[in-house]
Amino acid sequence: MTDLTTTYLGLKLKNPLVASASPLSKKIETARQLEEAGVSAIVMYSLFEEQIIHESLELDHYLTRGTDSFAEAMTYLPDSGTYAMGPEKYLNQVAELKKALSIPVIGSLNGVSKGGWTSYAKQIEDAGADALELNLYFVSTDPNLASQELENAQVELVAEVKSAIKIPLAVKLSPFVTSLPNFAKRIVEAGANGLVLFNRFYQPDFDLNELEILHSLDLSTSAELRLPLRWISILYGKVNADFALTSGVHTYTDVLKSMMAGAKVAMMASSLLHNGAAVVPTMLKELEGWMNEREYKSIQQMQGSMSQKSVKEPAAFERGNYMKVLNSFRETI
Amino acid sequence: MKQQIVTIDGNEATASVAHRLSEVIAIYPITPSSAMGEFADEWTSKGKKNLWGTIPAVIEMQSEGGAAGAVHGALQTGALTTTFTASQGLLLMIPNMYKIAGELTSTVFHVAARSLAAQGLSIFGDHQDVMGARQTGWALLSSGSVQEAQDFAAIAQMSTLKARLPFIHFFDGFRTSHEVAKIFYLTDEELRAFVDEDLIRAHRARGLNPDNPVLRGTAQNPDVYFQARETVNPYYAAAPAIVQEMMDKFAQITGRHYNLFDYVGHPEAERVMVIMGSGGDTAEATVNYLVEQDEKVGLVRVRLYLPFSIEHFLKALPKSTKSIAVLDRTKEPGSMGEPLYLDVVNALVEGQRSNIKVIGGRYGLSSKEYTPAMVKAGLDELKKAEPKTHFTVGINDDVSHTSIEVDSSFSIENPETVRCVFFGLGSDGTVGANKNSIKIIGEETDNFAQGYFVYDSKKSGQMTISHLRFGSKPIHAPYLIEANQANFVACHQFTFLERYDILKYAKEGAVFLLNSLSGKDEVWDTLQSEVQSAIIEKKLKFYVINGYEVAEKTGMGQRVNTIMQTAFFAISGVLPREQAIEEIKHAIQKTYGKRGEAVVKKNFDAVDATVANLYEVKVPTQVTSKMTRRPAVPDAAPGFVKDVLAPMISFNGDDLPVSAMPVDGTYPLGTTQWEKRNLALEIPVWEPDLCIQCGKCVMVCPHAVIRHKVYDEKLVADAPETFKHMPSKFKEFSQGFAYTLQVAPEDCTGCTLCVEVCPVKDKSAVGRKAINMAPQPALRDAEAKNWDFFMNIPDMDRKLFNPSTIKNSQLLRPLFEFSGACLGCGETPYVKLVSQLFGDRAVVANATGCSSIYGGNLPTTPWAVNAEGRGPAWSNSLFEDNAEFGLGMRLTIDKQNEYALELAKIFEKELSAELVNAIVNANQSDEAGIQAQRERVAELKNKLAKSNDSRAKDLISLADNLVKKSVWIIGGDGWAYDIGYGGLDHVLASGRNVNILVLDTEVYSNTGGQSSKSTPRAAVAKFAMSGKGIPKKDLGLIAMSYGYVYVARIAMGANDQQTLRALIEAESYDGPSLIIAYSHCIAHGYDLSKGLEQQKLAVQSGHWPMYRYDPRLIEEGKNPLVIESKEPSIPLSQYAYNETRYKMLTQMDEGRAEELMKEAQSDIKSRWAFYQQMASMHYGKEEK
Repeated sequence: MTDLTTTYLGLKLKNPLVASASPLSKKIETARQLEEAGVSAIVMYSLFEEQIIHESLELDHYLTRGTDSFAEAMTYLPDSGTYAMGPEKYLNQVAELKKALSIPVIGSLNGVSKGGWTSYAKQIEDAGADALELNLYFVSTDPNLASQELENAQVELVAEVKSAIKIPLAVKLSPFVTSLPNFAKRIVEAGANGLVLFNRFYQPDFDLNELEILHSLDLSTSAELRLPLRWISILYGKVNADFALTSGVHTYTDVLKSMMAGAKVAMMASSLLHNGAAVVPTMLKELEGWMNEREYKSIQQMQGSMSQKSVKEPAAFERGNYMKVLNSFRETI
Repeated sequence: MKQQIVTIDGNEATASVAHRLSEVIAIYPITPSSAMGEFADEWTSKGKKNLWGTIPAVIEMQSEGGAAGAVHGALQTGALTTTFTASQGLLLMIPNMYKIAGELTSTVFHVAARSLAAQGLSIFGDHQDVMGARQTGWALLSSGSVQEAQDFAAIAQMSTLKARLPFIHFFDGFRTSHEVAKIFYLTDEELRAFVDEDLIRAHRARGLNPDNPVLRGTAQNPDVYFQARETVNPYYAAAPAIVQEMMDKFAQITGRHYNLFDYVGHPEAERVMVIMGSGGDTAEATVNYLVEQDEKVGLVRVRLYLPFSIEHFLKALPKSTKSIAVLDRTKEPGSMGEPLYLDVVNALVEGQRSNIKVIGGRYGLSSKEYTPAMVKAGLDELKKAEPKTHFTVGINDDVSHTSIEVDSSFSIENPETVRCVFFGLGSDGTVGANKNSIKIIGEETDNFAQGYFVYDSKKSGQMTISHLRFGSKPIHAPYLIEANQANFVACHQFTFLERYDILKYAKEGAVFLLNSLSGKDEVWDTLQSEVQSAIIEKKLKFYVINGYEVAEKTGMGQRVNTIMQTAFFAISGVLPREQAIEEIKHAIQKTYGKRGEAVVKKNFDAVDATVANLYEVKVPTQVTSKMTRRPAVPDAAPGFVKDVLAPMISFNGDDLPVSAMPVDGTYPLGTTQWEKRNLALEIPVWEPDLCIQCGKCVMVCPHAVIRHKVYDEKLVADAPETFKHMPSKFKEFSQGFAYTLQVAPEDCTGCTLCVEVCPVKDKSAVGRKAINMAPQPALRDAEAKNWDFFMNIPDMDRKLFNPSTIKNSQLLRPLFEFSGACLGCGETPYVKLVSQLFGDRAVVANATGCSSIYGGNLPTTPWAVNAEGRGPAWSNSLFEDNAEFGLGMRLTIDKQNEYALELAKIFEKELSAELVNAIVNANQSDEAGIQAQRERVAELKNKLAKSNDSRAKDLISLADNLVKKSVWIIGGDGWAYDIGYGGLDHVLASGRNVNILVLDTEVYSNTGGQSSKSTPRAAVAKFAMSGKGIPKKDLGLIAMSYGYVYVARIAMGANDQQTLRALIEAESYDGPSLIIAYSHCIAHGYDLSKGLEQQKLAVQSGHWPMYRYDPRLIEEGKNPLVIESKEPSIPLSQYAYNETRYKMLTQMDEGRAEELMKEAQSDIKSRWAFYQQMASMHYGKEEK
């Protein structure tokens, strides 16, 4: 019997297929379907502190706008005085998911204020999450903001969050870092137990008819696997953390590649959103079939097997690789 | 029993008792009583129980008439039932009130007494409404303060149960309903001790019950009706003693003792005043003061007015009384005197005391101030050998000379009371902060506190004035703080100083706090000479704070409320500074805590940043400023505007004499143009290099401040230097014509709808459009000159172009301009478009509501005239009768047209057969035809001018109706869907040629967002606090069922061309037309500059399907229904959750929000399918 189990953030998982942060965890019903389909853990959708602040200020603005200005209409909307404006809804959902599922539930957090990061992290822990994933989402647009400054702040933040909680902590990284290995090392030294590669950002598009910016998030494709695959391969063995590969996991072969690069888990969202939970059993079956066919005993056996330190040509992951691709491209013309 | 203190207003005080003592409450919004219904609805939706542990049922009805009917039914089946109302609302209840009284039914109606609409509507307080109901057989119990409003609510309830007479419990609208005061709260324990459960069970037992059936409500005949009507006399005779019994019982429980007639004053008073309501509180304080000055004066405060107990009245009156002044807060023209006066006279006659001299006076109509000086004036009048009777006090009646002199220097203000006046901008939160301050002072200190708030008549850019009093002694001063009396004056909006005399309130040595962009060393030089002079002469302590900057930095935006409130406490010394800050923060946490931490934090930040930015200004000894206060209107304004409207604009309307007022409520048009409110921080600037002259910005401007013209290019020779123009791109006016898009810089409100709608973007920087916002101050002077020049360019002759395109339609001059509607109002663009298309020949019937307020609230009106002096003739009748009112106008026009044609034929010889024939057969389907007819009418008048034949004179007086007239019936959804629906339906059915424009905001906007039958499912509104659970009524579908009504559903933001087409078609249809216009509204809770975009989403989601139903197509064998929106393409939630009215339900109750949204989505699907089927029906000849 092939052993599909893996360990991620100290959590013993029945297989390496984890549902990554997506709206599917907003409903108990869909989360249950994912569990039944076979995913080994669920990362919840992110708690966005910025959104909480925005919704809170927005509600306040529209409840007070125009009030006490005109003798006939002291207000324009009724004020029930009771609103779920803070993280309560999210925390309730953590608790509900924990109640409904037997697989681990990993909270996800995107904060904006120091106090927010730590207090929400603690609250997610208290609500019962098995681990926490920090979603370090920041698009720097200021030419005067040095990368060092930004990285220092993020490292500091991870340390603070870590000191506030007892559950394992993973940090979801952006690929846009000048020296990712150094940054990853610092994040792990600051206390991260795991690194999730990579965060997918909303990429604005242009509407040429209206000359307006379009905001939409397209689902990923398998082609996007390459970027995290490369970086996990490079980081594996150099940075002491559990790696999770996310972005571009659509097929069992994507899962295999993730494992071989050195990931402990492969996370998927786009395929689940597009195809539903039904893809999971198929993938697991195919994964097991492939391993059986090639006589792999366990997932753990292959983890890191094609990482930079394990391959014959470590340079394949470095700049030379790029040169080679270009050369091969020319040859095909 | 420990007394519990609360600081609340009269409406809340009353509703808190009414809700606890009721099982069924039927409500309908009407100012100033709406808040009582809102409280009742809120408490019920939050599960608050009545005294017996069950949640009262609250239902909103379609009108006050409906509420009275529902109340009657609930009473007849034995429930403890109440309602709240005022003014016209009470009048609508009268038919039921006769029944309820005739059937000896126990109930209390709580009335925030308000003026009646006569020569003009007024939302403010007096006793005209309750006096208009005094013949119904109801008891009238009057309370005169917030404390009494609460207490009498309970006394009335127990009295009605025992006496079996229904009670109106009334208090003064606004003065008491909206005054915030510190009172002793009537606890549940006290109420329980007061309530007699047996009386309640007896009431219940009288209810109709099929298990013990009776018949009530017979038709009676001449043989017995009279006798039956007399059966109730013993109940009326017994009622006063019962009320006194209840008052005595109440006193035992609470320690607050009232009498049917409360006497105060000298035990041997010779001159006595009789009064009821809040004026009694002022009178009591004044009489006490005068008695201390050894004046033999007294006061009888009337509590139970009806049934009038002569016995109790005479008992209250000192035997020494020689003369009485009876003060009525009402007006009954043509009567021998006002009701209380007549009743007192009668009481004295019947009571054998007719030796006492009695005079009557009127005071305080429409919340007119009633001050101690006016009380004294009334009592002083009695000293005269021949006192004036039927006098007025508080106005200058220079017509009938009824008014008596008032010594304005007389004041009884307690020197220990602190008096503060705050001037705020409507949007800056000043009033809310002051309400908070009163609560803090009232509930956290031993001080008594009182707050009253005065509002502007405009819905946007308004000024609010808060009057606060507090001190160690109880405050009996239901009148505004007077000139030279305030210890503290704060101006929260710097620009007010250039328009209003704010410092007139300050007493010598008072503190003046100013919010200014300038620092302590610069601010002096920014002040007008009048302001500097007042500061020096009154020796004011002058403080300045840059509240704008603090607000901006702490995320408060334009709301300086928390900052100015903190500054007030920091300077005034009412509380130790640290304690004050702690209390403010506590109040912030309490008020905003549930809205989220971020809201609390920004307010806390603002509090913390305030003190460091607050400075005392070193006041120079000399006036240095050369600037003076700006006149209310420019010099060029017409005499009536300068003499009559300008004082109202500058808040000095109280000084206008009776002779200044039009006798019949008739006012000239086009007066908003003189106000120049300068509200906008930024105004749109035109970029001719990008402009395609589409006219969309002109069309959407809610305030008609952007206009475009094409004109003879030679005219630009005289243009001001900065006047912009470009060659015309209009196909009708291509060669030799120039084009200008001009903004009125001092009338713009800065709503930015125009920039949002502009379809052109700079190819090199898409953020730049053909109009962009830029700061107003730098543009103001030059653009004001450009505007004047632009307005003097002649409008293009209407007959030279077809108005059926957007750009052409916008060449028509708006005859509705610069209204006081909210910034970015969604209604006014439609109203303005109607005025452009048809205004020069339109008569408008306007239902009460937002459109009648921004359209007809004094001082000024946006309805305007064109260069020939023609324009919409406008009137407002009532809320409920607008369709019928408009139909009446149509009947007159049609009848007079018919009669004029008949007369014209009689004078064929004098006029010529050719002219008469041309008049009779005139084709007036377009502008050229209308203009030709106008010329014929002018010729007719000219030819008959010298005739002495009375029929010729008749013809001249009627001849204007030979020119086609357009009748417009305009109102909101509260009118069309609810209160006026019956009439609207009848008018539609009449088949007459009227055009009905429903400005559908899906709530009662004017009274603050109560649910109407137009409110959509899943939206939150007042009276639908947990989200409306039933779908929006489909008014258009109902109208289509007649088959001969033109119906259109339009949304200007989604398709402006369809809007234009629908209005033109509707007007051209010789029958009834109904246009339902999507109108975004402040009550929807989103950024109204995105209103047009939101309208698009409303249509795309299928919430607002657009269509035209033209019965003329049936005659052509075509289906009359043309659906003009596409199949719903986005989920409803994508539209709805942009708006707080929907989104807040997800924050309040996510499960219900999801459920209702699902159902609302399903509504859309089924409605769309239904419309599709209707639109695909075959209307042609039967196929064989």
